[in-house]
Amino acid sequence: MTTMSASETNPTTVAATMPGTREPISIQAVGFDGFYGSFQALKGISLDIPRHQVTAFIGPSGCGKSTFLRWMNRMNDTIVGARASGTLTLDGEDILARSVDVVDLRRRVGMVFQRPNPFPKSIFDNVAFGPRLHWKHSRADLEDLVERSLRSAALWNEVKDRLHASALGLSGGQQQRLCIARAIAGGPEVLLMDEPCSALDPKSTASVENLIRQLRTDYTIVIVTHNMQQASRISDQTAFFFEGALIEAGQTETLFTNPRSKQTEDYVTGRFG
Amino acid sequence: MSLQAAAAITSAARGTPIPRSSRDRSERVVKSVLLSFSLLSIVTTFSIVAVLGIEAWGFFTGFPDKPGIGLIPFLTGTEWSPLLGGEQKFGVLPLVCGTVLVTVIAGAFALPIGLVTAIFLSEYAPPRLRVVLKSALEVLAGVPTVVYGFFALAVITPALQRVSDAFGTYNALSAGLAVGIMILPIVCSLSEDALRAVPQSLRDGSSALGGTKFDTSVKVVLPAALSGIMASFLLALTRAIGETMIVALAAGGLAQMTMNPASQVQTMTGFIVAIFTGDAQANSVEYASSYAVAATLFIMTLALTLTGSAILKRYREEYE
Repeated sequence: MTTMSASETNPTTVAATMPGTREPISIQAVGFDGFYGSFQALKGISLDIPRHQVTAFIGPSGCGKSTFLRWMNRMNDTIVGARASGTLTLDGEDILARSVDVVDLRRRVGMVFQRPNPFPKSIFDNVAFGPRLHWKHSRADLEDLVERSLRSAALWNEVKDRLHASALGLSGGQQQRLCIARAIAGGPEVLLMDEPCSALDPKSTASVENLIRQLRTDYTIVIVTHNMQQASRISDQTAFFFEGALIEAGQTETLFTNPRSKQTEDYVTGRFG
Repeated sequence: MSLQAAAAITSAARGTPIPRSSRDRSERVVKSVLLSFSLLSIVTTFSIVAVLGIEAWGFFTGFPDKPGIGLIPFLTGTEWSPLLGGEQKFGVLPLVCGTVLVTVIAGAFALPIGLVTAIFLSEYAPPRLRVVLKSALEVLAGVPTVVYGFFALAVITPALQRVSDAFGTYNALSAGLAVGIMILPIVCSLSEDALRAVPQSLRDGSSALGGTKFDTSVKVVLPAALSGIMASFLLALTRAIGETMIVALAAGGLAQMTMNPASQVQTMTGFIVAIFTGDAQANSVEYASSYAVAATLFIMTLALTLTGSAILKRYREEYE
């Protein structure tokens, strides 16, 4: 992997406060740089993620959008050589500080992965996993919490009769909704989704997209997607990344119909990427 | 490169065609050679089983010149004294008891330590330490068992005797611990394989929910690898049951019904060694009894091996 020099890529740092939003800011990045060893994967990202909206990250493979997402719950901590500088805050609290309780951060910022990754346990135990880590519940409270989480994930009616059957017996789309239920059972404020539909068939994708739209009322959602139609269908704001830089961010409709940047226009009209 | 050039090379390289009949002939030869070699190993295995079965059958039903012992008295008898004293007694239970005692001690030592080491290697150890530990385990796996045998006699037994007077020169605990050290690398490396086979996505899922490394290892990775770990335990115990040299050297030669780790015991394998190293006349009843013991041992280890591989097979299917 080569180190990119500034002259090659000329990253234009865009101070992109989402225009026209009155929602308070949930996650805020200011001049955020991310590195893998000596490779700079993210360059001067400044972006506000408004509360209770869906923010989509789009851009070609390797543009840094997933890396940025994984900084928001410090999932990059386990990667040797990953480090970051600049400011990244959740409700004004520094996410990057050494003193941050990562366990608590991840309770507040849930994550759904590219491929459904249910634990080889029962459906109930999958959903109860997060709550059991963080709180002591009575059995009845836990059952209630699992039911509410599964209802929120629009999965309850399909699984209520087999809560104690293995989660691995569910279909791909059901597994991904289970993973969403599992992520919200811990009571997070933010949900990070890293291409949550890329391993799903079209029907399952539709059900997960519906769900994401519904969840917006209760959660701040950040979703990475390769699929521009998906971004335009489900997101309120969109941020376009290219070669580690944030090129443009704004209202989804504006960004797709009337982008300010030539690069964004080329990308959303399918000229590259 | 043009198409013409490619065509030219093809025709120049053509030479004399090899007739199909010659290819078919060499295929047939290769096939029969392969088949005969694989048959050889199968025939060998079945011959061993057949010899065991026939000789044990003779021991139970009797030979032309002497009466048989009978299957039920053999399997339920609690006294085993084929060599000493006036009346020979062939109840296999004391030998089974000795084998079980040594195996239980070995398992109690090796299974927890091996599993904890495997978790450390798979989930916690930094790459360089992992390489060092793995090579240490490989060295341990390569030590001949006779070395463990005299290690038991020369190191473990004196250490035990310093702790308590109850331990004699030969005792079950010393032999059991040495067998435990011997099976440790098996437990460790097979359990580690099982743990590492758990997809990384499950670990990510757990830590994204706020699980600590310990939560992830114990609540997600370990249960997911459980069947592989059980299989590794069973295979290691199979090795412990069949282990001969260590117990022949360190466990003693007195078959008795005891679960006292300080007393000497004779295992099934230990008895067979004693018979074949000159304590018994060929074609005597006690000589024949070793086949019956060997057949019993074979059935026990076969059962464990089959259980182990059945479990392992189920666990392989889980992630495919």
